[in-house]
Amino acid sequence: MFVTAAYAQSTTTEGAETHDAAAGEVHTETGVAHEGGHGSGVFPPFDSSTFASQLLWLAISFGLFYLLMSKVVMPRIGSILETRHDTIARDLDDAARSKAEADAAVAAYEQELATARAKGNVIASTAREAAKAKAAADRTAVETSLNDKISAAEARIADIKAKALADVGSIAEETATAVVEQLIGGKVSKAEIASAVKASAK
Amino acid sequence: MAGDKVDPVHQFVVNKIVPIEIGGIDFSFTNASLFMVATLAVAAGFLYFTTSTRSLVPGRLQSVSELSYEFIASMLREGAGSHGMKFFPMVFSLFMFILTANMLGMVPYFFTITSQIIVTFALAIFVIGTVLVYGFYKHGLGFLNVFVPSGVPGILLPLVISIEIISFLSRPISLSVRLFANMLAGHITLKVFAGFVASLGTLGALGIGGAVLPLIMTVALTGLEFLVAFLQAYVFAVLTCMYLNDAVHPGGH
Repeated sequence: MFVTAAYAQSTTTEGAETHDAAAGEVHTETGVAHEGGHGSGVFPPFDSSTFASQLLWLAISFGLFYLLMSKVVMPRIGSILETRHDTIARDLDDAARSKAEADAAVAAYEQELATARAKGNVIASTAREAAKAKAAADRTAVETSLNDKISAAEARIADIKAKALADVGSIAEETATAVVEQLIGGKVSKAEIASAVKASAK
Repeated sequence: MAGDKVDPVHQFVVNKIVPIEIGGIDFSFTNASLFMVATLAVAAGFLYFTTSTRSLVPGRLQSVSELSYEFIASMLREGAGSHGMKFFPMVFSLFMFILTANMLGMVPYFFTITSQIIVTFALAIFVIGTVLVYGFYKHGLGFLNVFVPSGVPGILLPLVISIEIISFLSRPISLSVRLFANMLAGHITLKVFAGFVASLGTLGALGIGGAVLPLIMTVALTGLEFLVAFLQAYVFAVLTCMYLNDAVHPGGH
């Protein structure tokens, strides 16, 4: 903040008439130009007496910084970034693989579903056919047995009818014999009566 | 009278803290040395401790370290190609060191080591020296192709080559003076305007009213100087990448 002794000296000699800060600034710059030759009064960045020390300490600090960067910090940041990059790549791969697996599972599921549905249809239609066939068979069986019973019954009816008719013949012969014996009092041969009954029955 | 004036150049004076003299040469530990070591400690400490947890998901501070690493890596890859990546530690160290030095210089009462021409010149010579040594080591005399742009008609070659040589020789000067002058000018300007505030403030009520303008200016300049502090570190690193590109690909342009 305060000027050094050398500056103070030169500013008082050269800048006696300057009293405000603006003029002070201008004056300092002119002071620099004038002080070029005065050893320690030189503009500080151009003071070559400090160069050796600055170079040495710059070499030490920058050299150390360079070593720290190249041996410790940069490999570490590099490995952090690489690890992250690898992790992201691996996670993406995992995600892609999981997605492929999920897609395959969905496809398999749909395949299964379609197969099951087809099988179900086959079973249903087979069962329907079988039931239909069984119903038809049952119906035909019942019909045949009924037909059999009907024909058996008809046969019996016919038999009974025939038998009845046959009995009618013999009853008629007996009745006719008895009637004839009563009427004419004589015996008529059995053959004559049978033929007469047969003729009247016709 | 002059004793209580604000001297904007005083901040650049190098003071001995521990006088050391070896073989008649002054190697004293000065305030400049102190802030070089401080720069080393702050920059290395920050980068070391923010990355020590090696978190997979970085925190804010670790992100800062990683971003600066990737920032310089992409800058160097764009500037000097993948062959230039062997200079990554160098460019990264330069950038972080200069950036930290510039930023530390923004703290009031702190010494700005990059406002010393010898410091910036030494860093520039380090860069150009690396370019020369690596260029000749890797390409031998073929490195001289760097002075011969391709596609120039033969009659113009002597002119172009002399321009290229002059431009090459002026590189360490432009590289060092750019950083030095920016930091120096910025700090002087800042100090001058801050000085106005203090000087006007002593002149009574009117002066205090008038001091508002330079105060606003000082605040604005402080912001600007933070930008310059970063920008100059960036420019230094970018130019280093470009010069290294010459060492890696001498016939490249």
